[in-house]
Amino acid sequence: MITNKTGMNKHDSSLVMAHMWVAFISLFIGGLMGLLQTLVRSGTLTLPFGIGYYQILTVHGVILALVLTTFFIIGFQFALMSKTVGMTDKQRDSAWFGFWIMLFGTVTTAVTILLGKASVLYTFYAPLKAYPTFYIGLALVVVGSWIGCFTNFRQLYVWKKKNKGEKSPLLAFMVVINMLLWFIATLGVAATVLIQFIPWSLGMVDTINVLVSRTLFWYFGHPLVYFWLLPAYMAWYAIIPKIIGGKIFSDSLARLSFVLFLMFSIPVGFHHQLTEPGIDATWKFIQVVLTFMVIIPSLLTAFSMFATFEITGRSKGYTGLFGWLKGLPWKDVRFFAPMVGMLAFIPAGTGGIINASNQMNQVVHNTIWVTGHFHLTVGTTVILTFFGISYWLIPVLTGRRLTKKINTLGMIQTVVWAFGMLIMSGSMHIAGLLGAPRRSSYSTYGGSEQATEWIGYQLAQAIGGSILFIGIILMVYIFLYMIYAAPKGEEEFPISEVSENAEPTPKFLENWKLWIGITVALILFAYTIPFIDIIQHSPPGSPGFDMLIRH
Amino acid sequence: MSKSSLQMKKKQAPKEEEQPELKGTFIAVMGLGLFILISWFIVYFIFVAR
Amino acid sequence: MHLHKYEKIWLIFGIGSLILFLVVLGVGAFYKGTHPPSHLATIDPQNVQAHESFMDENLGLRQVGEDQYLVSVIASAFNYNLGTDEDGKAIRTVRIPVDSTVVFQVTTTDVIHGFQLAGTNVNMMVEPGYISSLETTFKKPGTYTLLCNEYCGTGHHIMAATVEVYQP
Ligand code: HEM
Ligand SMILES: [Cu+2]
Ligand SMILES: [Cu+2]
Repeated sequence: MITNKTGMNKHDSSLVMAHMWVAFISLFIGGLMGLLQTLVRSGTLTLPFGIGYYQILTVHGVILALVLTTFFIIGFQFALMSKTVGMTDKQRDSAWFGFWIMLFGTVTTAVTILLGKASVLYTFYAPLKAYPTFYIGLALVVVGSWIGCFTNFRQLYVWKKKNKGEKSPLLAFMVVINMLLWFIATLGVAATVLIQFIPWSLGMVDTINVLVSRTLFWYFGHPLVYFWLLPAYMAWYAIIPKIIGGKIFSDSLARLSFVLFLMFSIPVGFHHQLTEPGIDATWKFIQVVLTFMVIIPSLLTAFSMFATFEITGRSKGYTGLFGWLKGLPWKDVRFFAPMVGMLAFIPAGTGGIINASNQMNQVVHNTIWVTGHFHLTVGTTVILTFFGISYWLIPVLTGRRLTKKINTLGMIQTVVWAFGMLIMSGSMHIAGLLGAPRRSSYSTYGGSEQATEWIGYQLAQAIGGSILFIGIILMVYIFLYMIYAAPKGEEEFPISEVSENAEPTPKFLENWKLWIGITVALILFAYTIPFIDIIQHSPPGSPGFDMLIRH
Repeated sequence: MSKSSLQMKKKQAPKEEEQPELKGTFIAVMGLGLFILISWFIVYFIFVAR
Repeated sequence: MHLHKYEKIWLIFGIGSLILFLVVLGVGAFYKGTHPPSHLATIDPQNVQAHESFMDENLGLRQVGEDQYLVSVIASAFNYNLGTDEDGKAIRTVRIPVDSTVVFQVTTTDVIHGFQLAGTNVNMMVEPGYISSLETTFKKPGTYTLLCNEYCGTGHHIMAATVEVYQP
């Protein structure tokens, strides 16, 4: 097999690169929509050609939250698996098969939205009804991703058989955890789309059970955000230490936190349904408690990250309480971008704890605060880490080098992004606390005094959004440059080793049956009784409303 | 640089049990914890006041 | 697996804070009754006016006791039905004296809507087939915007009304 010196097989490189193309094209389209949204919301722009605000918002949500993330993550994970446990020709074929199915699904859904027949936003809450191909396309994206899941499972399985008794490589372990999480979570959304939405939108049944569909959706919706976050954590735990010239602080703690994410990120969907009438208050609180459990692995991660930085800085001879900060490669964009992402996670995670705080959710629910929150989590922490990964991954895949110039441009991109987001997300948080709603086009709310107060913050969002869009253009330029213009050469695929001071990893951490068993048990505990309640006390179903989304 | 890193190794190596110097990490995470506490209570008091 | 001394302290502090939050929330919810809206009552979404609370004559503001009010609302795209005044005109503003207890009960005849009084804790989802209900006491006089904060279609952002809390 032809393998270049960086350890990526040429065929695997094209597979990963295909995913990256979809991700970056999505970034550009989605970012453009984001800019337009901020301009419309501030009252500075009216969309031409009969394009609807909620149509572009649907594009923005679907293409950034569902398409960009899924394609980047699956592509990145294939790169990690190929590098750590290898990929056979058969596995690569099945990976390609999954890719094409996902792409076909994406195009199907996108066309439906562009034709104006699916302005239902990326959460597609019933009984707003889109044209059937919207749901069918989404189902295909999920099915394609499952092929990716099983390909990854197979890769590790084959490796384990060849390397009996050895612990699996850390990154392969993490990829498999994330794909397990994804598979178990997507069963919920697949169930509602296949059993409820598609037959209903095709007219095979007259009504839909709204609360059942929402509950299945949010069973998927929360682990979805961890599916985005975990690849960033992979880079923080196992790649950044190499870039900064250090070692992994603790292999076991890294694995432990991933196992905790698997167990606790699924049985918590009710924290998105806290203000809904049809769910029992006690079960809401139980899921709030479980939600707080999933904060613990992030506490572990925060410590591990700082510890890695401090130990590395000190090993380079920098002393003092914070002197070790000087030992970090601040001018290396492969470190700088994810580092800024990590810092953004401090307010981002804090906001998440507030959102999940049961009755306190009434202060922020569906206000623009929430939008501010997830533009920090996924829109900054995750995205900046993905950018940080791209600066070495794309050159590795294309057999080129990350030049000094691109490194500098990347640093500028990071600062532009952070600054734009600070303004946009900051004003979203404040406006949200004042009561300004999310998912809303420009409105004076009948001349209400409160709405006048919000306008200043909408303008600030438009300024932040414009700065962010400059960031998007920069990033797309960097992406294209790294593919076509950077000088040929070898770029390192950074994978860290474990610190020699770290303890050996205990065997039980790879007891898959145990972890899957606990995960399933927790899901059954958190959902069985309330779900039966919901079904038993169901009101009459709802017919579809497709006229409300026409403009 | 390599010299000082050698010195560090010497300092760290002697006992297996010895733990790495992590004072800065500790202060940083405690600061993070404080930030969470303060932010949470701000919104909590907004909730109570409304 | 053994943890660094500082990591132990950090985890105790962090998990301790989480427990503190949960205790504060739990006491509020279960002891003081500030659960988030979870009314559980159902209704036929295609025939809501069969329900007594949502008959035409019962919509909007009703005084049900000294300092006690009930506000019944039917949400539909893209309007909150708060009943009609003496002239038969649709009511757009509800006036409530400060410090009185108000129960909002809301349902929808079509899709999901939000029901948020901006700047207050009145914030709930309104879903077909269910009655959303929330009790509150307005502590501050003022003019509050009642608005829909869950996407319900092309006119979502014009769905609004007003609640005026006045000093009697
Ligand atoms: C140029 C950069 C961006 C700008 C200017 C921007 C702007 C916005 C605005 C103004 C909204 C709220 C619209 C509303 O509620 O009415 C929004 C929603 C959203 N954004 Fe962004 N955004 C950007 C980048 C991103 C990125 C990178 C992601 C994720 C990877 C993202 C994910 C989302 C999601 C999921 C929503 C919610 C859509 C919904 O409520 O249905 N955005 N964005
Ligand atoms: Cu969540
Ligand atoms: Cu609405």
